[in-house]
Amino acid sequence: MNFDFSDDQKQLRDEARRFLSEKCPPKAVRAVIDGKATYDRELWKGLADMGFLGVAIPEAFGGSGAGHLELCVIAEEMGRALAPVPFSSTVYLAAEALMLAGTEAQKQKWLPAIAAGTAVGTLALFEGTGNPSPASIKLTATNGVLNGVKKPVPDGAVADFAIVAARNGSTGRETDISLFLVDLTCDGVETRALANIDPSRGQAEITFTNVKAESLGPASEGWSILTRVLDRAAVLIGFEQVGGADRALEMGRDYALDRIAFGRQIGSFQAVKHMLADMYVSATLARSNCYYGAWALSTNASELPEAAASARISATQAFQHCAKNNIQVHGGMGFTWEFDCHLYYRRANALAVGLGSLSYWEDALIDRMRQRNAA
Amino acid sequence: MNFDDTPQEAAFRCEARAWIAANAPKEYEDELKRASLGRIQLKGGNILEVAKAWQKKKAEAGWAVPHWPKDYGGRGASPIERVIWQQEEGVFGKLGALFIIGHGMCGPTMMAYAAEDQKRHYLPPLASGENIWCQLFSEPAGGSDVAGLRTRAEKDGDDWIINGQKIWTSGAHYSDFGILITRTDPNVPKHKGLTMFFLDMKSAGVEVKPIKQANGQSEFNEVYFTDVRIPDAQRLGAVGDGWNVSLTTLMNERMAIGANMATGVPELFEFASSLMLEDGPAIDDRAVRSKLASWAVRASGLKYTSFRAISALSKGERPGPENSIGKLVAGTMLQDVATYALDLQGAAGVLSGPDDAEAAGKFQAMLLRSPATRVEGGTDEILRNIIAERVLGLPGDIRVDKDVPFNQIPTRGR
Repeated sequence: MNFDFSDDQKQLRDEARRFLSEKCPPKAVRAVIDGKATYDRELWKGLADMGFLGVAIPEAFGGSGAGHLELCVIAEEMGRALAPVPFSSTVYLAAEALMLAGTEAQKQKWLPAIAAGTAVGTLALFEGTGNPSPASIKLTATNGVLNGVKKPVPDGAVADFAIVAARNGSTGRETDISLFLVDLTCDGVETRALANIDPSRGQAEITFTNVKAESLGPASEGWSILTRVLDRAAVLIGFEQVGGADRALEMGRDYALDRIAFGRQIGSFQAVKHMLADMYVSATLARSNCYYGAWALSTNASELPEAAASARISATQAFQHCAKNNIQVHGGMGFTWEFDCHLYYRRANALAVGLGSLSYWEDALIDRMRQRNAA
Repeated sequence: MNFDDTPQEAAFRCEARAWIAANAPKEYEDELKRASLGRIQLKGGNILEVAKAWQKKKAEAGWAVPHWPKDYGGRGASPIERVIWQQEEGVFGKLGALFIIGHGMCGPTMMAYAAEDQKRHYLPPLASGENIWCQLFSEPAGGSDVAGLRTRAEKDGDDWIINGQKIWTSGAHYSDFGILITRTDPNVPKHKGLTMFFLDMKSAGVEVKPIKQANGQSEFNEVYFTDVRIPDAQRLGAVGDGWNVSLTTLMNERMAIGANMATGVPELFEFASSLMLEDGPAIDDRAVRSKLASWAVRASGLKYTSFRAISALSKGERPGPENSIGKLVAGTMLQDVATYALDLQGAAGVLSGPDDAEAAGKFQAMLLRSPATRVEGGTDEILRNIIAERVLGLPGDIRVDKDVPFNQIPTRGR
């Protein structure tokens, strides 16, 4: 047993951190938040040049084939820097779905483009309020023709293609759900950008009107593929959340050391110290759960579903906890537009619901723990 | 990142598993499984005797305290092998509760500070459970303020004469030896005038009085010292350096008790699976699931945090202040889990008798014991201070007694 990243992986983390601190300072995040760009295209190209987009994509499909542990390391840094790019939708969701279920031709078409930074992908799953479930999917697929509306779709307004969850049966079972791959430039696709709490990553509504689409994976296995994609993304986004939580904790700590009130550093007051200690505790528990998830993801272990749910819940709670208390430590200044606290608060709460909210993952965790206990 | 055993670890696991299968006291397995946290009573036998017999058997085969050096009663196992042993020992590990303080805190302190011949003399019987050790630190006047202690040690020829009182000493009533921190110089600031010793608990002048606790049990004691003589050869570390010696003990303590703490979560999961509410099993209820999931990820987070600490340890790093997280999280969780389990039981949650209460009164016992978990070995507040100051680098608390000679520090508030 060795429960840590290797020296090479830590070196990659340092490299990613250096790159992002230079290319993705808070003002780059703000440029997107302020609406000056839909995402940071220069950063996106830089990430491709560094090989970060294709780190888990096999060499045969244009990636470096390094692996998922390496992707976890990079994900943490993306979260720490609040990178305003469609990374999670493209790399965790679309690329993972393609790698799990795509045909050779589909992989050849899209994976090299993802690795090169020339294609943005997404997963079109949600249809309004509520958590992922087979019943929530109303968009229909009839003989490969899609009709319906997806909302919210992460980075949907900038994506070149989408993996779309559709209903092609009426048995009321999971097997009614199939996945399709849609080139979003084709006729019948209409996208509309949606205002959201974290504009550093866009959300969109996509309307499909008689769109001819190709299947991704066997019909009737859509839901099971989708579940596996969500589990994998849960671990990866978990690392983004851990990176964000750590940075929010650091910001709070630094401010507590810097700011003087009542003639003392505010970090010398126990009420403040204890708040920061609790932030450390939640960030640490989340990191450890994510490490377990990283191991399960990288080895495709049978523990992955349970590990992914644990990582997801823990990381969601930790990032929310650290982001909100970072503002609290900063006092009134923390609520100003100029301070970066709100950027983390926005991202924490957007990520918290973006992959199915806590209640979905709590349900999933309990079901999976029961299955294990019963086995 | 690798969660699987290496070939050597797998071989170690295999050997441990086979030995446990052949030797563990299986007649107590069911009772140990059902036992409530921190309170083991065996209908079929005296817990002290059963625990000592199991420890002795382990010692004879080299499995007592596997991570200790061979010369001191261990087998020189790696930190990871130690965890593998704990995993394999499973429920029988509960029998080791009596030895935790000796093995986790006194032993490492002896190893760091005792003379070589003393280590060879005292450590093997400590490892084998023949001798039980206790840790004489807390005092009525110094709870969280450990260094505020008043038990005096005065030099008399080659001996020291001890007078004073300790409190909250776990297991003193059945302990053979103890490590003891005393004040040897009241004229200097409090951290500078302390000295550490070890002593035979049967020494003349040592009196142990069990304390009846809020939960009705008596694990802790008051210990009185009246002109107790300790040879200077039983001093651990230099005169006046007792605080540094005690920090070794306390750091090991946090590692020892933090790494493997009960959280109550597996028990609550099992209970929620079997308990029927109006609409079906409790575990199908939305609100129950949410609570359970939140606690489950805290418990798994703790488990993998301790695995990360062990990975660091096996690379040669020392246990650090970040290990304070274990007891801080587990202690609070234990209390919250117990409270919630009673809530699920409705009005019957008030019942505690093994035959009448749900789950044989396990959660009622947990509820009544858990306040101590949040206090013993460092309160939640002290542990948060440690994390804030020594992990996050925040300023220390303002200490009005810092540079004041100990005998000039006020002793009453009004």
